[in-house]
Order: sequence, then structure tokens, then C-alpha cells
Amino acid sequence: MRVYFTAARLSFRRYITYRSATFAGVVTNTAFGFIRAYILLAMWHEKPQIGNYDAADAVTYVFLTQGLITPIGVFLGSTELGPRIRTGEVATDLYRPCDLQLWFLATDLGRAAAGLLLRTIPPIVIGSVAFPTSLPTAPLPWLRFSVSCALALLISFAIRYLVSLTAFWTMDERGTASLLLVVAMFFSGMIIPLVAMPGWLGSLAHALPWSGTLQVPIDTLLGTNTTSFADAVTFQFLWAAVLLALGRALTSAARHKTVVQGG
Amino acid sequence: MADLTPAPAPTSPALPAPPLNPDFTPLPSPAAYLLLTRMWSRAAWQYRASLLLTGTAQMLSTCLDLAALLVMYSQVTTLAGFTLPQTLYLYGTTRLAFALSDLIASGIENLSDSIRLGTFDVVLIRPVGTLAQVLADQFTPKRFGKLIPSTATLVWAIDTLPITWTPLKAAICVGTVLCGTVIYCALWVLTGSISFVATDARETANVITYGGELVTEFPFAIYQRPLALMMTFAIPLAFITWQPSLYVLGRHDPLGLPDFLRFAPPIVAVLFSALAAIVWRAAVRHYRSTGS
Repeated sequence: MRVYFTAARLSFRRYITYRSATFAGVVTNTAFGFIRAYILLAMWHEKPQIGNYDAADAVTYVFLTQGLITPIGVFLGSTELGPRIRTGEVATDLYRPCDLQLWFLATDLGRAAAGLLLRTIPPIVIGSVAFPTSLPTAPLPWLRFSVSCALALLISFAIRYLVSLTAFWTMDERGTASLLLVVAMFFSGMIIPLVAMPGWLGSLAHALPWSGTLQVPIDTLLGTNTTSFADAVTFQFLWAAVLLALGRALTSAARHKTVVQGG
Repeated sequence: MADLTPAPAPTSPALPAPPLNPDFTPLPSPAAYLLLTRMWSRAAWQYRASLLLTGTAQMLSTCLDLAALLVMYSQVTTLAGFTLPQTLYLYGTTRLAFALSDLIASGIENLSDSIRLGTFDVVLIRPVGTLAQVLADQFTPKRFGKLIPSTATLVWAIDTLPITWTPLKAAICVGTVLCGTVIYCALWVLTGSISFVATDARETANVITYGGELVTEFPFAIYQRPLALMMTFAIPLAFITWQPSLYVLGRHDPLGLPDFLRFAPPIVAVLFSALAAIVWRAAVRHYRSTGS
């Protein structure tokens, strides 16, 4: 267990090093937050209640998603495993007396922790200064939010890990990653909140695992869940469990298939 | 490991002598650019499956943005007073112009890496213009994928809109895409030049390039007046599609700006390209190798 903790800690240190790049990233995330906020406000101006969101909820939603991009890894198509399979460095990973999936989960947790520390708070704070938002002041929603975010990261990791594994068969995960990223961007609610999606599209989007990466955590924070907190967390937990289990099964299949060349 | 016996002394210089021919002329930049893009395309073509998948992904990403726009209009009938076909006209022209500029110029996104790694040195010693090399860097035909849905959207919007076409309107419609492409290319070069000053700032450039695209997909009336004015006069995003499209769509400017601005895109494109060229030259002179 200690080895995974160390892997996470070292990964955290690796990701927290680049301060000026972080500043550039925060500026970018916040600026895009403003553009998206104006676009959604124009929509809510025409119709003050969409789904169960009012205009303040929509703006809060935008800045929360902008803040969560880095920790949840919304724009990351794959994990660090993907490029390592492509370059052959995975031979070292397979050589370690560790579980491959847990190892990369640990490094991804380190990455997420650094992202959370550096890039989540500024867009949310700046957004709530510039616009009327509906962030709760009570501690309970924030507690629930953090539980839900942890599960969101697990789902996000599980999907990206599966994408990385495809490189064992295709030699290059980038094609699969870019295709799945497009789907993820849409169904996570990154482009437009899932509450705005009508009819069957909305039902489909809410049932898919990607809704558990952004929409569900944000709804637990804003109190705009259509289901109870327990149901929301169970939904996230089930998807995480299924996807992680699938990852384990594919990992062992890949292990049996892979031949490490040379020496 | 290496053979430890000493290598025989070279009898001839390792590098060919520099051309002493007085008639030697470097390849003109446009020709060099085309040559380099062809070379990179052939390299990308070696990984056909990956190219096909990433190309499809580029196409789908445009389609999903379109789907998001349709989702928005499933909830409302107008956005800041603009109907779906009108917004789709803005969206189509923006997307097409941006996709063309992305095709031509987004190689400059690799510049910050090549400055950080010091490989920009190689660009400087080749007898070819620096900008041509940087723009063509790692060109990939997958970018053609973005052209298909954006063209389709624009065609659909033009077909649906009740526009009485005049030769001037048609010329402005074509001109919107052409001038928009030029202005976006200038933005790529200008934001790319930031890398010479602040290597880590690459992500900030995205605000102007990709952010500029997102902004111009929508009617400018949705932005607050000071912001909209800034995006007209400080960064000329309004001239990419918003201003000329007001003429084609036959609308008054909700911001109340004078009508002659609608015909300004060609002038803006020329001025902005000149600015980009000046900044680029200054930036390249500013370059100091990492020297490792």
C-alpha cells in the first residue's frame, strides 16, 4: 500500500512544479468561464428556468466545471499509461511488483490533487465575484460535493485507463482517446449542462457514466439533484466499479498478450 | 556499448561545404511551406488508422458543438434576438474560417515546445523563411475533418435563411470566410509569438485563438457592451464574422456601431497581417537559444 502512496506523492510533486504554466492555465480556465457564462446567460435570459436551473445556477455551473477541468481530467483523453505503451516504457511498469491499474490510479490521484490545489479555486472565486452565483454557504453540501468529486475522478480515471489500454492492441491510443474525448466533452456537460438537454437525449446523458464526472457532483453541491444524495453517489459508485472491473479484466488480457522485446 | 578502439581520423569534412554558388537563392516561403506540408502529410499517412480516427474525431467535435447549439435552441427560440438559422450562419462562417486557419497555421502551436527544447535553432539555420517552417510544423491532414461539418452547416444556414441575394451580399459572404481566415491566421502568429517571451504561456494563447472562435460563433449582442467593444476595437474579433454578417443578415447592429464597420474586414485583415508580420520578426530577433 505504501508504494502507491509514494507514487501518488511523487506524481503530485511532479505536477505542482510548473508555477508559471499554472498561472497561464488559471487565466485560460477563467477567461473561458466568462465566455461560456455569457453564452448560457443569453439562453437563460430568454427562459429563466431551464431544467431545474435558474440563471445563477447556470453561471455557478460554468465556473465549477472550469475549475474541475484539471483535477477531474476532463480534457485528458488517456492516462500516463497510454504514451508509455506507445513508447515501450510500459515494459518497466510491467516489471514492477505492483498492480498496474493501482499504480496508474495512484499517479492520477497525485495529478488530480495538484490540479485541485492550483487550478480549481481561482476560476470559482473570480466567477462568483463577477456574477451572481448560487454557491452554498453551509458545510454539508461542500462535504457531499467532495465525496461526489472523488467518485467523479474514479469514473474519469477508469474510462481514461480503458482508453490507454487500447494501445496494447492498436499501438497508439491517441486515435481512440480523441474520439472518446469528443463524446466525453458532450456527455459530461462540459459544453452545455445536461439539464438543458431535452427529452430522450437528456435521459440518455444522465444515464451514461460521463454525467457522473461533472453534472452529478455539481448537482450535489447546488442541491439541484433530481434524486437523493444516496442515489447520486450509488450511481457514481456503480459506474466506477463496473469500469474499474472492466479495466482489471482487460489489463490481465493485455498482460497475457504483450511480449517485451529485447533487453 | 561503443567500440573503444579509436576511430580513424576523418579524411574529409563531415559536413558538406556551404553553397558558394553566387546564384544560390533560398526557396521562396510559399513553396517551402507547401513542400513541408506535403512532407508532414506523408509522415502522418504512415499511421493511417490513427489519422482516420483523429480526423473523424475532429469532424465529430465540430458536430457536437453544433449539437450543443441545437440543444440550446431546443429550449429557446431566439438568442439575443437571433434565430437558429441566423446563429448557424454566424457559427458556419466562424467555424469554416477557423478550420481553414487551423489547417494553414496551427503548426505554430508546437513553437513553445521547440523553443523550450532548443530545436528552434534548426529552423534558424535552414535557408527557408522561419514562419513558413513554423506554420507547417507537424502538419496533419486530420485537420481537413473540421471543414466538412462547418461547410455543411453554412450551406444549410444559407439555404434556410430568407435572404434576397445581391452580388454585394454574395461577395461579402465569401469575403467573410476569406478575411476571417486571414485574421485568425494573424491571431495564430501573434499569440504564437508570445512563446518567445514567455515559454510557459502557451495555454493563455488558447484564450485568443480557441476562445476567439467560441466568442464569434454567437451574436455579439450576448456579451456586455464594454466586452463587445473590446472585442471589436482591441482584438478585432468582431470583424471576423459578426460585422460582415450583420450586412448579409440585414440586421441593425444591436451595439449601435456605425454601418461602415461592416465593410471593414478586408482592411482589418491587411492591417492585422502586417502587425503579425512585424511582431513575428521582432519576436524571432528576441529568440535566445536554451544553449544546452
